[in-house]
Amino acid sequence: MTSDNGETRTPSRMATENRWYDLFSRGSRDWLRHNEKVRETVREELPNLISGSDVLSRPSDRTVQVPVRFLEHYRFRLRDDQQEGEAGVGQGDGEPGDVLRRAKPGEGEGGSEGGSGGGELRFVLELKVDDIVDWIWEELQLPDLKPKTTDALTDEDLIQEGWDKRGPRARLDRRRTVKEAIKRRSVQEQGGDAEPTPFSNEDLRYRQLARRKRPATNAVVAFLLDVSASMDESRRKLAKSFFFWAMQGLRRQYGQVETVFIAHTNQAWEFSEEEFFQVTATGGTVASSGFRLARDIFNERFDPAQYNQYLFYASDGDNFGDDRRSAEALLSQLCRLVNFMGFVETPQNPLEASKSEMGRLFKALGARDQPVGSYTVHEEADIWEAIRLFFQHQADDAA
Amino acid sequence: MSNADLAEYTPKLEALARDQGLDFYPVDFEVVPPSFMMEVAVYGLPVRMPHWSFGVRYIYQYIQHRMGHSRIFEVVFPGNPNRAYLVNNNSLPENTLVTAHVLGHADFSKNNDLFARMQSQVGYHIVEQAAERAHRIEEAIAEHGQKRVEAVLDAALALEQNIDVNFGINRPAYPERVERRRGGDERARSGFRGRYHELPGEGESLGTAAEPGSVRAPVPPRPEYDLLWFIAHYAPDLEGWEQDIFLSVREESFYFYPVFACQIMNEGWASYWHARLLREADFLPQQLYLDAIKAHSDVVRPYAGENAIALSINPYHVGFQMWEKIIAEYGLDTALRLRAEEDDFSFIRNWLDEDLAEELQLFSYTTRQGRAGEEQYVIQERDIHALREAILHPKFNYGAPRVYVAEMATDGSLLLQHDYHTDGRGLDVERAEKVLDYIHRVWRRPVRLQTADTKGKERVLEKA
Repeated sequence: MTSDNGETRTPSRMATENRWYDLFSRGSRDWLRHNEKVRETVREELPNLISGSDVLSRPSDRTVQVPVRFLEHYRFRLRDDQQEGEAGVGQGDGEPGDVLRRAKPGEGEGGSEGGSGGGELRFVLELKVDDIVDWIWEELQLPDLKPKTTDALTDEDLIQEGWDKRGPRARLDRRRTVKEAIKRRSVQEQGGDAEPTPFSNEDLRYRQLARRKRPATNAVVAFLLDVSASMDESRRKLAKSFFFWAMQGLRRQYGQVETVFIAHTNQAWEFSEEEFFQVTATGGTVASSGFRLARDIFNERFDPAQYNQYLFYASDGDNFGDDRRSAEALLSQLCRLVNFMGFVETPQNPLEASKSEMGRLFKALGARDQPVGSYTVHEEADIWEAIRLFFQHQADDAA
Repeated sequence: MSNADLAEYTPKLEALARDQGLDFYPVDFEVVPPSFMMEVAVYGLPVRMPHWSFGVRYIYQYIQHRMGHSRIFEVVFPGNPNRAYLVNNNSLPENTLVTAHVLGHADFSKNNDLFARMQSQVGYHIVEQAAERAHRIEEAIAEHGQKRVEAVLDAALALEQNIDVNFGINRPAYPERVERRRGGDERARSGFRGRYHELPGEGESLGTAAEPGSVRAPVPPRPEYDLLWFIAHYAPDLEGWEQDIFLSVREESFYFYPVFACQIMNEGWASYWHARLLREADFLPQQLYLDAIKAHSDVVRPYAGENAIALSINPYHVGFQMWEKIIAEYGLDTALRLRAEEDDFSFIRNWLDEDLAEELQLFSYTTRQGRAGEEQYVIQERDIHALREAILHPKFNYGAPRVYVAEMATDGSLLLQHDYHTDGRGLDVERAEKVLDYIHRVWRRPVRLQTADTKGKERVLEKA
């Protein structure tokens, strides 16, 4: 196009009516896409995020608040020069040598893309734990858990079922009763009775309740943690992450999930969640003490007829040799109680996974077709694989 | 008074502008809601490719707007016709002023050499062309998925400023073979002739056929600063639709360049003309004129008010003052010639003199850390050369560090070199790593970047 051929056109035009401009916003569309990307980033960071907060036993407060920066679209930029400083041009009544400070941030900045390139604004992203769990289930393609279906595991429930001519006054069904009366009167009128009685005792109908059994939707999870000196900060964090995600998976399935936190060295104690992850203790490792306490708590507080029971044990795998026999016996007892039992191993030596004392015990149980699984976790990234294995074991066992 | 009256004033202002010596393609004005205006300002074009980074800019702009810090008066897209957008909740006097302002821009973009050169290459219908490209990218998203398209846009938009405007938008490929250098040639090319031959663009027509006396030419044959062009044409595994995205971003970048490189001149010119046209427009009601001039003085003033100091300059103000002085001292014909021939670099160096700098109270400063770690700004000695260079400094090389392609090896790996001697220091490594990640995702072979660390030693970043 040559530069002259526009001259023949009519002069400039002014259009003042609005067209489609209010209908959609490209800016909002790209902003939403940005937020989606932030969520993706957060998703990758989740294990770190979770291990920092007490989210396990607080079903009422099931969101995680994550402060996030705006994502930066990176470009080549020169390094900030600490020694020589940045040069710039200003305007106003100043003399050479004057030293100025900024009155308030952003004052006098012209362009929206300003020199320092943003990143100052932050916003808080509130993530529902349920959403997070959903992502992970999609991502890992995990199966849903199945409650135990044996007769033993049932809840009794009173269910309304039919009507009776006798019953307590509170369960009188007035509508039914009137219906019965109308039926009776109509029969009596056809039969020639001049004035049938409005109501008789025969008309009364009472709702009847029956006891029925239904599968229990309650569950209890015992988290058992070896807190002897060999379990350092990073191992506990791994255990906690695993516990958290196992817990979330159970929550997806069961209406109500109770938690029990047990820590052991050569003896065992029950804790609240907050205390649980802070406990440090010295002493040897006698795992049977923890198993015994778990068994006792299960027996005393959680009727196996009403609760699906789970137990997770996290340790570095060490146990006193002398304790093998009692640990084995208690684990066998627990196997009969629980739906599933998981062993999370954070071994001292990565090469010796499942060769440890506890690792061998669990392996042996697994070989005997007991509902157990062991998972080795060295670092955060292993947790997903462990969780996936756990839920697959679960699904296979329940099937 | 309503904006409907604008339709009546526009042809009159236009006739007046032509009488005064302005020369421009017609302008299609449109009055739009502020929300749309904000988007136009953020995207740089009314319809442009989708990318999440625009979303971030949009929110910043939105917050600024809601806090009342930012007001957009007009956006104009040079072309034939030009397209200009005004905001429907600005007052009639404001929009009248803006209409005159746009005519100044229209004159500038038609007559300024840099604008004219870029426009003749990019085309005269940028708005439609950009919309068409945006549409193609939407189609690519539908076909290849958001993630893949986004990866390409991440890289291309990050390198938006890394183009070389000294070459045309349509460049021939490098010659595949060059003459074998013999001893005699070497001598013949030493001295001026040799150096002349090394200049960009020279010697490119050398033998392309595989002659016995030729050897395979290195790629690139010389430092290549147009990263977008190079990646579009030489990335080993780039697919057609990906190349299309790179070239789209590059074309828009060429289009934006003159606006960037002539900002002070161009805004000053438009401001000079809106003031002059309104002063001479006897068809405007007196009150409207007064209100419009009030708006004018709000736009054409230093960022900081009386007795305050701003740490950046208002290009409208500086440009306006410079043109006023030039026209007063040298006459309109000289000004018309300058607006055709110069860009900000020559304009500032040739025409911002000591008197004017003092009158406008311009100063250059450097930053330093105060004792409490706060940032301090130290005003420098008055030196007009230092002042000019400080104004121009952010404008060199499209405002981006100088990064060029040094070498593409036979295995397809890419070596980028940062010219840290010219830039004075090395790259921000953290960001450079990220950009290198973007590039690596489209280059798909090993990518290296050499820059300098804090001590000035060479530092190599690598993605394999």
